[in-house]
Amino acid sequence: MPQIAQLAETYSSQIFWLLVIFGFVFFVIGKGMVPKVMGTVELRDKQIGADLAAAQDARNQANAEEEAWRKRENENRAQAQALVAQAKVDAAAASEKKLSAAQKRIDKKMADAEAKIADARAAALVELETVASEAAQTIVEKLAGVSVPAASASSAVKKVLSNG
Amino acid sequence: MAAEQAKVDPMHQFAIEPLFGSAHWEIAGYNIAFTNSVLWMVISAVALWIFVAGGMKRELVPGRWQMAVESFTGFIDDLLEANVGKEGKKYVPYIFSLFMFILFANVLGLVPLPLAMAGIHPFTTTSHFTLTGVLAIISFLIVLVVGFWKHKLHFFSLFVPHGTPLPMIPMIFVIELVSFLVRPFSLGLRLFVAMMAGHVLLEVLASFVIDASNAGAGYGLLIGIPSFVLMLAICALELLVAAIQAYVFALLSSLYINDAENLH
Repeated sequence: MPQIAQLAETYSSQIFWLLVIFGFVFFVIGKGMVPKVMGTVELRDKQIGADLAAAQDARNQANAEEEAWRKRENENRAQAQALVAQAKVDAAAASEKKLSAAQKRIDKKMADAEAKIADARAAALVELETVASEAAQTIVEKLAGVSVPAASASSAVKKVLSNG
Repeated sequence: MAAEQAKVDPMHQFAIEPLFGSAHWEIAGYNIAFTNSVLWMVISAVALWIFVAGGMKRELVPGRWQMAVESFTGFIDDLLEANVGKEGKKYVPYIFSLFMFILFANVLGLVPLPLAMAGIHPFTTTSHFTLTGVLAIISFLIVLVVGFWKHKLHFFSLFVPHGTPLPMIPMIFVIELVSFLVRPFSLGLRLFVAMMAGHVLLEVLASFVIDASNAGAGYGLLIGIPSFVLMLAICALELLVAAIQAYVFALLSSLYINDAENLH
């Protein structure tokens, strides 16, 4: 086994050169180059992180803007709907007014007509009374030969009519 | 033909040989020969440097190469985050160096170079405990330094788990202390043994193929082909082991560092 057989003659050269070479590896590569490589990785990670954060911010902002737009839109819609409703209410009120005015006119005409009818009826009744009292007067005169004054005939007729 | 009988020594691949006539380089009396083992350490380190440098374009949208490097650093970062927590971040350079260096050394040691005929073959430096042991000791020292730096002598409470009955404390303390002190050995030996075992197995199977073929075509077909198929499967397994052992080393190091950072 050369590792043991040659130990005495080679150990010093092995250890010396290992320290020299591993020293080179450690100080030049490990200390000098590795931190730079890792720095690059860190820089990249940072950049990626920053980019992602920026993208997230932009996304949040877009969402907020959309939210605001939606709110405005909803408000506008509500306003428009309120306007439409108001117009409907106004129109309904106006037509109501017109209708009631027309109704009133019609009612008045009807009332007038009814009054006229009542007048005509009263006049007719009065005429009937006169005719009846004259008829009664004549009948009494013919049957009994008694001349009855017009006033008593009329009151008798009135009595009968009001009873009838 | 008997003279050409291949003498395959499965351990030869671990032999350390000085290269470029550097056998007698010395510092303060200690030999520091530039060996094949060192060469493959250098190759691993340079390959790792090229790999990471390719991922340094620092583009916002990463290419494939940058993505690969970033996935490795991210992997180590996640590992430490999961095992140590927020304080784990500062160990990323160390654990990354450890993991990647071991991974590259393991995998490059498996590369079947076509130059093997010329005697040049890949050398798995992580199959030497002189190397894995030093790495394990570095991890262990970091644990000790961080532990005593952060918690002062309170660090010793690591050896007394919560809710230990008072009379048991001395015994538990000794047991925990021993298990703590064994850590660098287990850490270093695990990697060294795993890498060596796989390479020895591959080499032994390869020698089956060679010896069976030399013994005749019939033997070659009967023994050589199944051995070769098994080698392919074990090569795939070894690639997995190479990655897993590097991961285990990094994972255990980070767990030990977690002990030092957060005690229990």
